[in-house]
Order: sequence, then C-alpha cells, then structure tokens
Amino acid sequence: MALSRRSLLGLAAAVPASAALAACGSSGPGKSGGGATYWYLNGQPQEGVRAGAVDAYNKAHPDDGIEDTTFQNDAYKTKIKTAIGAGQAPTIIWGWGGGTLRTYAKAGQVEDLTSWFEEHSDIKKSLLATSFDPATVDGKIYAMPCENVQPVVLYYNKKVFDQVGVEPPESWDDIMALVPEFNAKGIAPFSLGGQSRWTNMMWLEFLFDRIGGPEVFQAVIEGEKNAWSHPDAIAALTKVQELVEADGFIKGFSSITADSNADQALLYTGKAAMMLHGSWSYGIQQADGGDFVAGGGLGYMNFPPVDGGKGDPSNTVGNPAQYLSISSKATTEEKKIAKDFFATGVLQDAEVKAWIDNGSVPVRLGTEKLLAASKSADFLEVNYGIASKAGTFVQSWDQALSPTAAETLLDNIVKLFQLSISPKQFAGALNAVIGK
Amino acid sequence: MSSLTGHPPRRPPRSILPWLATPALVVFVGFAVIPLVGVFALSFTTWDGIGTIHPSGLTSWRAVLTDPGLPHALWVTFLVMAVSWAVQTPLSILLGTFLAGRQRYRAVLGVIYFVPLMLSSAAIAIAYKALLDPNFGLGAGLGLQLLSQDWLGRPGLAFGVVVFVVSWQFVPFHSLIYQGGVQQIPHSLYEAAQLDGAGRIRQFFSITLPQLRYTIITSSTLMVVGSLTFFDLIFVLTEGGPGDATRVLALDMYKRGFQASLMGPASVIAVILVLLGLALALLLRRLGGRDAGASQLEGA
Repeated sequence: MALSRRSLLGLAAAVPASAALAACGSSGPGKSGGGATYWYLNGQPQEGVRAGAVDAYNKAHPDDGIEDTTFQNDAYKTKIKTAIGAGQAPTIIWGWGGGTLRTYAKAGQVEDLTSWFEEHSDIKKSLLATSFDPATVDGKIYAMPCENVQPVVLYYNKKVFDQVGVEPPESWDDIMALVPEFNAKGIAPFSLGGQSRWTNMMWLEFLFDRIGGPEVFQAVIEGEKNAWSHPDAIAALTKVQELVEADGFIKGFSSITADSNADQALLYTGKAAMMLHGSWSYGIQQADGGDFVAGGGLGYMNFPPVDGGKGDPSNTVGNPAQYLSISSKATTEEKKIAKDFFATGVLQDAEVKAWIDNGSVPVRLGTEKLLAASKSADFLEVNYGIASKAGTFVQSWDQALSPTAAETLLDNIVKLFQLSISPKQFAGALNAVIGK
Repeated sequence: MSSLTGHPPRRPPRSILPWLATPALVVFVGFAVIPLVGVFALSFTTWDGIGTIHPSGLTSWRAVLTDPGLPHALWVTFLVMAVSWAVQTPLSILLGTFLAGRQRYRAVLGVIYFVPLMLSSAAIAIAYKALLDPNFGLGAGLGLQLLSQDWLGRPGLAFGVVVFVVSWQFVPFHSLIYQGGVQQIPHSLYEAAQLDGAGRIRQFFSITLPQLRYTIITSSTLMVVGSLTFFDLIFVLTEGGPGDATRVLALDMYKRGFQASLMGPASVIAVILVLLGLALALLLRRLGGRDAGASQLEGA
C-alpha cells in the first residue's frame, strides 16, 4: 500500500488552504450603515484574536460598529495600496508602519494622530515606546501600534535533533556543519517558504546584522550611495549563497508559499529540522502541529552569531509592532468610531490574554504577570527576552523601505537564493534604487 | 444546429440600423477605449498609485525600454505563446474531430473533456500547486519518485508546468471550436473520397484539415492573443517564479504597477501589450487570406 497516512493528511491539509483562498476571493469590501470598516490579515490563530476584538467592540456598540474584512498576507499588501490609491480605503488601515506608511502619509491619505495621542497620553504611555518609531513620519504619529512585538526567531524540531544526535547551533559555523548531518539522514536542514520572498529576506536581515552590525542596512535607509556594496554586505550575501549551495534549504523551497503555512508544516512534520521565522510561527505550530508544541517538540532561540562578525548577538530583526491608521478620506463619523475603537477596543484585557496564549508578547506594557502565568510561558520568556534585550531592533526591510525599493529588493532576493545572480550583481541592482 | 423557421426575417428600416450598434459601442468605448487612452496618458507620467500624478515625459518609456527585464518578459511571453499553441492545436484538432462523430459514447466523453473549462483559473492553479508540491503533493503522497520533482521550483520544469496547465485548461475550448468546424464539413466530400478509395487518415489530411483552415485561424488567433493576457493562472501557480522564469508581460505589468507602485512603467507595458495584441491579430488575419470572415462553405 503506497498511500500512507501522511500523504492523506497532506491532501487533507491542502484542501482547507485552497478553501481559505477561495473564500478570501469572494469577501470583497462592503460598506454598510454609518459604521467604520476595518481590513486585516486572515490566518489562524491571529485572525481569531483580531476578530475577537472587533466582535467585543461591536457588542458594546450595536448601532455604530465596525465591519471587518480579512485578506491573505501577500494579497493584502497589494490590495490595500490599490484601495487607498483609488479612494476606496477602509476606515481603519492595518499595516506594518515604516516605508509604506510614509508613502501614505506623504500623499495625505492617513490621519495625523499626533494630537490625539497628546490628548490620550495614558494610551501612549501604555504602549512600548520603541513601537512608535515605525509609526512616526517626520516627527508626526500616523498610526497606533497594536498587537505584538514580533522578533524573528530560529525554531528547531527537538525530536529531529535527538534522532540525528546533534545539538542546536551556536554559531554560523555550527549551522554549516549541521547541514550535511541532516541531509545525510534525508531531513532538510531548514524549511523555507521561498515563493513568499520576505521569508528569504529574514536570512539576509540577520546575516547583515551579525556580520556588519545594524549600520550596514541603516546606511541604505539613509540613502548612502552604494550602501549595498559594503564589504560586510557582500560577505553576508555570499554566506547565504553558500548555505543554498550546501542544500541548506528544503527541496523545492522556491515554490513554497508562507501564506499556506506549508513551511510551518515542514517543521512540525519533521521533514525539516530548523526554520527561521517570525515569532507568530509559535502560535501556528501550536494550532496546526497537533501535540508538537505541547509535547515539547519545538525549540527556539535567537539567531546565532557569525564568527568574526561585528554585530551584537542580542540584536534582532522583525516587526516592532503592527499598526492601525485611519484613512483621511473617511467620514467624520467613521473617524470618530475608529478613534473610539483605538481607545476602548484595541489591546483590551481579553485581546491581550488571547495574544499571550498564542505565544505573542503584546505591545501593551504591564503584562509581565500574565506572560509568566501563560501556558506558553517558556516561549514567551525567550520571545520577550529577545525583544526587550535587543541592542537594536531592525524593522523588516521590505516594510522599512519604500514600496518601489522593497519590490526590487524582494525580486533580487529570490534571484540570489536561486543562485542566478552573484552578490555583486545583487548589490548593483539594489544600489540603483537607494533613496527611491 | 437549429435554425429559426416560421417567420421570414423582416428587415428593419435602414435608418434604425446604425442605432442598433449603440449599446455595444457605449460598452466598448466605456470599458475599452477610455481606459486605453487613460493608460496611454499614464505612461507619460510618474505615479505611485497613491499620491498625485506628475507628468514626466518619456521617463517611464526610457526606464522600461532600457530594463533588461523587458526582453526577458517578452521572450517568456512569446515562448509560452508558441509552445502552448504548438501543444494545444494538434490536440484540439484531433479531439475536435473525434468528438464530431455522432456516436453516443463520444458525446459522453465530450462532456467529461469539457470539465476543465468550467473551473476558474485560480482554482485550477491552486489545485495543481497542491498536487505538485514536492513535499506534500501527489508524488510524495503516492511515493512516486518520478512525480515528486521540484515542479515549480526549477525554471525549465516550472515553464513546462505552466504550458501543461494552460493547455489542460484551454484544449477543451478549442476542441469545441474544431468540433463545430468539422461538423460543418459537407458529408458529400467524405463520400466522394470513400468512393475514390481514400482511407480515414487520407481523408483527415486531405479533407478535414484543409476544410478547417479558417477554424484553425480563428482558434489560433484566440490562443495567441489570449496568451498575451495569461495572468491569473501563472500568478497563483508560480508568481512569475522561480526567479523570473515564468514572468510573462502581463505579470510584469502587474508587479511593476501594483507591487512596486510604479504606475508609469506599468502603463508603458500595458501599451506594449495592446500593440502586440493588435499586431498579432492583424498578422493572423493576413495569414488566413483577405476574406477570413467569409464562409468557406459556399455552395455546400
């Protein structure tokens, strides 16, 4: 009998993913009554928490509630830009801050919330101070930080490590040494959803930081000429290609999408030993992996140092928070509802608790007790430790840059991982869009 | 085929005739001509899709025409067009001829062949993507090494998969066109051939194929011009990847416009697409002789 149980599970797993995508296509934006609209990302378990906050708010405000619509991550990034450009934006715009928010702010598409935060200084004080940086454009605040701190974490499957008889890596050299060990046993060293592109980018973010420190990418942000050709940048790009050449990533990584969580499945099914992914991955592993997380199968750590590198190994990369902005095209009434939602609906106790149960560290302060009491306390401690002790928290590159530069970056990252361009060609292509 | 019988067709007065075209004309102008003019105008501007539109002369044209990505996308587009035409046409003609027979089992098979046409491109792409997944797909599930290739992760294979899925989706449609074409060939031609002792294969090459000439032109025009706009299927299946191995022109336009927020260059590509489509359609009409619209069945 060639048909194994796992293969049936594989088929079964494919069905909900496609059903979810099909469902997302039919749920267009709808505006009804005087209520505000709110678009955000789907995908459990995060979607449930976001919907829970809206439901709670709507229950308290039956007449002027919020209508929510959900989208897949990569689809949303294009959809929201198009909608804003066409004047069809939702009242509440969910996002990652940074370069994209700067584009919106420069075009006058989002409300300036500086004075609102002055009036509601208690709210401002209740949120992590560092989370406001990507929400600020030229000294003005255009978004409210929400949800949680999302550092990128190196996950590993403890069972697979035991099976092969090896220890988690403590340096880049360890990583390179582990690669042949796992390959010899028919296990992929690293899972990677390479078609989503930003997944590959996380590798570069860490390697740039560990080898050259945060200054290397900061120079790009500041528009320094030929910043991508920095020797440390070239070294980092070379290192990642060495890992690809050594078969460090799962077979077929360039056709795997992160939106379908196929990369997550590779880790909890033991087809891959390690995975570099955002802190939200913990919640997905917990929800989808059966008893994988509960049974202590999931290991996690900060990205290890690179020998001879200048970067502080406590540094991290990822999303300092998620962000909610208000469309400047919304009606006064819609804006009023949105602001009321910000003040009384976002990061309330129930939502904070839900995030913590998923292994996330909310951007709201004063949650230490809840974190310690959670069933995910161990991961939260690591997650919170990485986020709070980080010397530098580098924002995800594609969000920190303008959409035009980010697209060139993502495009070339794929080619870099395909080994179809050299580190020098990569640097050349990106130097051309610095400051654009 | 049924024809209306009973009332003799009453010709409407001549003065009304031009007005009958009005609804179609309004729709055509509203949804084709005006956007076309808009895109043409946008190709001379710089716009990020969100802020204000700045006129910038030929900047966008220069940027696109000097970008090495353009010849590559053109090459991929033409390759998809040529290969999928070469795969689909013989298959569709054979299937169409087969289905044109009056036997009942052929009618039943015809219904089954028709199924892919009823599915949306996105659904087809998602299904194939799941089936071809090297780690959780059909090959891995059934334990077949041959099927568990890195189908969508290697440039050559991914291109082949795109052509295969496109063909799988559209062969039924073109078979239908050919079926209609074959059924209109006068039966007397075959009878005469039979009397002269021509076998089935000889009949196919000497009667069916030549008689299908205009059907081939019609079907090829649809295939070739249609392949310029392949987008949804490739977008969901490979997103133009791996790298840019399957990045056709339409996808390139979308990526520039909506992902990189460069509406000017994206409009340039849109204009190039329109010109290409028109040129190809004209060329195919020329190939089919001047009176491609005329019936080949005169006197039958």
